[in-house]
Amino acid sequence: MRHLLSAADLDRDQALTILETATQMHDVQHREVKKLPALRGRTVVNLFFEDSTRTRSSFEIAGKWLSADVINISAKGSSVSKGESLRDTVTTVAAMGVDGLVIRHHASGAPAQVADWVDAIVVNAGDGTHEHPTQALLDAYSISRRIGDLAGKHVVIAGDLTHSRVVRSNLLLLKTLGAQVTLVAPPTLMPSGIGAWSEAAGFATTYDFDAVLPDADAVMMLRVQKERMTGGYFPTPREYTVGYGLTRERLKLLPPNAVIAHPGPMNRGLEITADAADEARSLILDQVSAGVAVRMSVLYHLLGGAQ
Amino acid sequence: MTDSYLIVGADVVGEGRADLLLQDGVVRRVETGSDAPRDARRIDADGLVALPGLVDLHTHLREPGREDAETIATGSAAAAAGGFTAVLAMANTDPVTDTAEAAERVRELGRQAGLVDVHPVGAVTKALAGEQLAELGLMARSRARVRVFSDDGKCVQDARLMRRALEYVKAFGGVVSQHAQDPRLAGSDACAHEGELSGRLGLPGWPGVAEEVIVARDVMLARHTGSRVHIAHVSTAGSVEVLRWAKAQGIAVTAEVTPHHLMLPVEKVATYDPTFKVNPPLRPAEDIAALREALADGTIDAVATDHAPHARHDKEHAFAEAAFGMLGLEQALQVVHTVMVRAGSMDWSQVTAAMSTTPARIAGLDDQGGGLADGAPANLVLFDPAARVTVDRDASRSLSSNNPWHGVALDGAVHATFLRGRATLLDGEVHA
Ligand SMILES: [Zn+2]
Repeated sequence: MRHLLSAADLDRDQALTILETATQMHDVQHREVKKLPALRGRTVVNLFFEDSTRTRSSFEIAGKWLSADVINISAKGSSVSKGESLRDTVTTVAAMGVDGLVIRHHASGAPAQVADWVDAIVVNAGDGTHEHPTQALLDAYSISRRIGDLAGKHVVIAGDLTHSRVVRSNLLLLKTLGAQVTLVAPPTLMPSGIGAWSEAAGFATTYDFDAVLPDADAVMMLRVQKERMTGGYFPTPREYTVGYGLTRERLKLLPPNAVIAHPGPMNRGLEITADAADEARSLILDQVSAGVAVRMSVLYHLLGGAQ
Repeated sequence: MTDSYLIVGADVVGEGRADLLLQDGVVRRVETGSDAPRDARRIDADGLVALPGLVDLHTHLREPGREDAETIATGSAAAAAGGFTAVLAMANTDPVTDTAEAAERVRELGRQAGLVDVHPVGAVTKALAGEQLAELGLMARSRARVRVFSDDGKCVQDARLMRRALEYVKAFGGVVSQHAQDPRLAGSDACAHEGELSGRLGLPGWPGVAEEVIVARDVMLARHTGSRVHIAHVSTAGSVEVLRWAKAQGIAVTAEVTPHHLMLPVEKVATYDPTFKVNPPLRPAEDIAALREALADGTIDAVATDHAPHARHDKEHAFAEAAFGMLGLEQALQVVHTVMVRAGSMDWSQVTAAMSTTPARIAGLDDQGGGLADGAPANLVLFDPAARVTVDRDASRSLSSNNPWHGVALDGAVHATFLRGRATLLDGEVHA
């Protein structure tokens, strides 16, 4: 593995190694001096074509705690409108002697294209509606810390699947780790071709959230943007919540030791009720702190700190 | 350079081996080479197929406005290299070809380049805005004699305006060429065939039905108005079904398919290589099979390239943000030969119909697309079916290099092209 562009870049051993290293990195967070020398002299650029304070800060802290020089570049706004091509932008940045490029882009596939154009290692920090592999790693990390090895466990993912990069990476990684996955959404928010895809990739889909909750070990709620209303994806927020929200009533269907995850930011009251978000079995804050540890682990393995 | 050529032993489509003398711009049939004038240049055409010069109903030449991507001269050179003797230049330039003056300018620049006849396509609506009819009649009556009208790049979405355009062009035997894309079902962000692959890749989907509903609507409008409609770059099996039905009803609809839709499957976009981003998008194998069958049985009338050159920096973006389109002029005949003739689905007389005779008829060109009879205008192409060429995008005559067949081995090669008896392609060189 040279880059981390997709969760599919990781085989089971590599994924487990990254999660194992993340456990060690997590301990650094509790030290007084939060610094490891692993990436001293290395330069990592966070090149963000789309705002995401949470992801950018998480990568920035991860790099700094590994002693890398971290630079943030915001390239927000379409490069098309600025007259410069994506290739020009990234090759210019890479020419400054960068070892790692962490890329967030509003268009699917952009980090994969960039990896063809530069010598630096490329980490996909979220591309369009495609993938967000470090999010999947931190989700798996947080869930398995609570419920143990994911092999054979049943993870239910519910929400706007069509527009979610989180779900695509999670699907791949959870299958690699041996979990059983069920996707839940109204038909309008299921990705196109989901039937053939689920058959080939070995996951289940359903429109009936209630039916799968009693059998879940973990349930992951995806953000539903209110803008989807204008696309006619569902009639009203109220109807969405009744059909697909993690409501107080649905919580009762969930086994007591099952956990709740949400990659954030949440729409409290739409896809998840305040009760669910704040329950003891909710992993939502764990996920945020795990983000730094997982990203430290990824940067450490990719940038040769392990050698 | 001499202006007469003696072509010896070509396989003339529909009649077998023959010798052709090209002199004074026309074809002269000769029994033997000894009938030819002494200064005629002799071309040994043993093993070569002779077809009437190809006519492309759908070419983007980018001039005026984007001369960094293509000019009328460079696009004409690519056309000659591909065996074309006439091209229809789409109206979506900057400024748009929506007046008589703009159309005449394109025609004149084509004449100056001198490699193929460049016939401007007129816009259906002013500035392609889809709101008011452009001056269709003035373009038709201009020296450019515009007969094909299209807002290509955009669909004429307003059904009432489409109806009026179809009615209006009847006065001068025009035809409206529709880029069929319902913009509510496939908006401007739609960039890959909607299906399993777009779902996995997270690319905004362009569903086949967005084309099919417009094709269905427009054939009904053609029936209602008694006018001719032409469907540009048909890409789905569903559209083929509608066309088959419409033709069975006697509705005056014609349709074209591109070389890339005949050959390249949707899987080409799996690496997000923007070379393969095109509108309409590459489709799955089932659609490709239906398109080939429809071309072979005549449901689809013509092959048209939708040659769409782009400057490198307009393609070096994230897939969703890169420009739509790929090159097509230089490889069109090779592709049709490879996927249709070699596969046994079409013979050379069908290729002649689909790439020369029928497009010339649709576009109302009387000096193109004829046969190679004695006295006919000497517009022809010599094709070597035995050659096998690995495409190199850097060897293109186009100013752009967004060639989807780069690195692909295609069967056959264009050996020579003649425009009114003058060699525009010979010995691997394009000659103005
Ligand atoms: Zn078009």
